[in-house]
Amino acid sequence: MSFEIEQIAELARLSLRPEEKGKLKKDLESILAYVEQLKSVPTDHVEPTSHVLNLENVFREDKIISSEVREEVLKHAPHREGNFFKVPKVIEQQ
Amino acid sequence: MSDCPHTLKEAITFAHEQGSEELIKSLSKRVQEVDGKTNAYINFDPARVDRPKKHGLLRGVPISIKDNICTRGWETTCASKILKGYIPPYDATVIERLREAGATLFGKCNMDEFAFGSSTETSAFGPTRNPWDLERVPGGSSGGSAAAVAADEAIAALGSDTGGSIRLPAAFCGVVGLKPTYGRVSRYGLVAFGSSFDQIGPITKTVEDCAIMMNILAGHDERDSTSANLPVPDYTQALKRPVKGLRIGLPKEYFVKGMDSEVDHAVREAAEVYQKLGAQIKEVSLPHTSHSVAVYYIVAVAEASSNLGRFDGVEYGFRADAKTLRDMYFETRDLGFGQEAKRRILLGTFVLSAGYYEAYYRKGQKVRTLIRQDFDQAFKEVDLLLTPVAPTPPFKLGEKMTDPLTMYLSDIFTISVNLAGVPAMALPAGFTRSGLPIGMQLIARPFAEEAIFQAAHAYEQETQWFKHKPKI
Repeated sequence: MSFEIEQIAELARLSLRPEEKGKLKKDLESILAYVEQLKSVPTDHVEPTSHVLNLENVFREDKIISSEVREEVLKHAPHREGNFFKVPKVIEQQ
Repeated sequence: MSDCPHTLKEAITFAHEQGSEELIKSLSKRVQEVDGKTNAYINFDPARVDRPKKHGLLRGVPISIKDNICTRGWETTCASKILKGYIPPYDATVIERLREAGATLFGKCNMDEFAFGSSTETSAFGPTRNPWDLERVPGGSSGGSAAAVAADEAIAALGSDTGGSIRLPAAFCGVVGLKPTYGRVSRYGLVAFGSSFDQIGPITKTVEDCAIMMNILAGHDERDSTSANLPVPDYTQALKRPVKGLRIGLPKEYFVKGMDSEVDHAVREAAEVYQKLGAQIKEVSLPHTSHSVAVYYIVAVAEASSNLGRFDGVEYGFRADAKTLRDMYFETRDLGFGQEAKRRILLGTFVLSAGYYEAYYRKGQKVRTLIRQDFDQAFKEVDLLLTPVAPTPPFKLGEKMTDPLTMYLSDIFTISVNLAGVPAMALPAGFTRSGLPIGMQLIARPFAEEAIFQAAHAYEQETQWFKHKPKI
C-alpha cells in the first residue's frame, strides 16, 4: 500500500513534525498490511453494518428550550470578544 | 480502609447508618497513600469532592468517574493536552443519574488519551500502574478506573468500552467490569470515540455491586437517539437465579495456539465450575473472530477521526498561537494530540478518503455484518458464551508501546463484542502462579444482561476470587 503521509496529514489538519513522519508512515503501513486479510473474506451478498440496532429515524417535538449556558460556554473559550469566539484573521487583505 | 467497607453494597449500608463523611474521609486518605504508586486519578482533590444534593439509594457513597465523561463545572480532559482546562457546562446523563441516586462524585480517573489504547500508557498525565504489580500495565483504556477499584482507592467507578476498554482493565486488575448492550446506557456526555461502538459501564469489586450500578445507569434517554427505549429490569433480582440448565458455549476460536496456558487453563476450569453447578457446556464456533481486529481498526478509527475533527482550538481547550486560522488548526492539533491519537486520526482519514472508501471502510462494514451473524447463530444454541478476556495476563509497561499492532492484538477477544453490540462482562477467574489476575468473559444476547449477572454471580460465590486483594 503506497500513500503520501503528508497528504493524509493535510486532510486530517495535522502538521506533523519531521521526526514523527517516518515512524507514523511505517506504523500505518504495517496496520494496513494487517487489514489486507479482509480481502480474503467473501462479502459479495453481504449488507454493510453501519449500526447494530437497526434503528429507524427517531423523531421528537421541535420545541424551543432555553439552555442558558452562553456565558458558561464562552467562559472557557481560548479567546473571546463579547459574545463571540475570536480566531485569527481568515480573509487575506488584497 | 481497614475499618471502612470495601464493596458498594457494604458502603451503602454503612452510609445509611453512619453517613457518608467517614467513607469519603477514609477513601481520600487511601488515595493520598497509594495514588503516588498507581496514578489511577488524573484529578483528585479532597476539597473538590462533589457531594450530592439528593438523598437517593447511594446515600452519598463516593463513585469515581473516567475522565472522558462530562461532569458539569469539573475539568474533563480525556487524558489529552488538547482538552486541558476544558470544563463542561453540562453533566453526562450517567452523571445526572448518579446525582439523582445520591452519589458523591469523588474524582476523575486516568485513561488512555481519548480511550485510544489497551494499557493506559498513552495518557498525557503519565501511565497508570497495575496495583498487583507496579511494573505492569492495568490494561486500558479505563485503566485508572479499574486500578482505583482494585487498590481500594474507589468504591466503584465508571468506565467506557469501545473495543474492550472496560473489560481488559477489569481483567488485568482482578475486578468486575460490564460493557452493556449498545443502547442500554445513554452516551450523552461521553466524549465520542467510535459512536457505533461506545458504551459506558460500571467497574466494581463484586458482581452484585455491578448490578446495583446498572440499576442506576441503564435506561432510555431522549438526548441520545441511539439509546434503546426498552424497560429496564431490576438486575439485582437476576443474581438470585440458579444456573442449572443454562447453556454456556465455549467458542473454539477463543482458545487458540499461542495464548497463555494459565489463562487457557483458568477459563476451562471456570467451565468445569459451571458444569458442577448444573449448566450445560457446549463447544460453539464464531468463524469470523480472527477478522475482528482488522475490521475494528478500519471502522472504529474512521469514526474516531471524524469525531476528533471537532478539536480545533476554537471553542474550548488548548489553542496554539498562530497568525492565520489555518495555521491555528494545524498547530493546535499537532501540539494537542499524542502519538496514538495522531496515528488513529491519520488511519481513519486514510480509510475514508476518496479512492479507498470502498476497499477499506465499506469492506470493513460488510465483515462486521458477518461477525454479528456469528453471534446470532451461536445464540441459537446457547444462552451465554464463556471466553478469556485477553490472551495473556497483564504485560509490562513499555512492552508493547513501540509496535502498535502488537498492542491492538491485546483486544482480540473483546473487540467482536463491540462490533456486534452485545453485552459482556469481565470478572476474576483466578491468578497466575506469579500472582497476577486472570479474567474471564461472559457474553450474552442483546439486552440479556440478566443472564450475565445470573451466571457471573453464581461463579463468583462459588470461587470467591474477589476476596483476594493486591498488597500495595
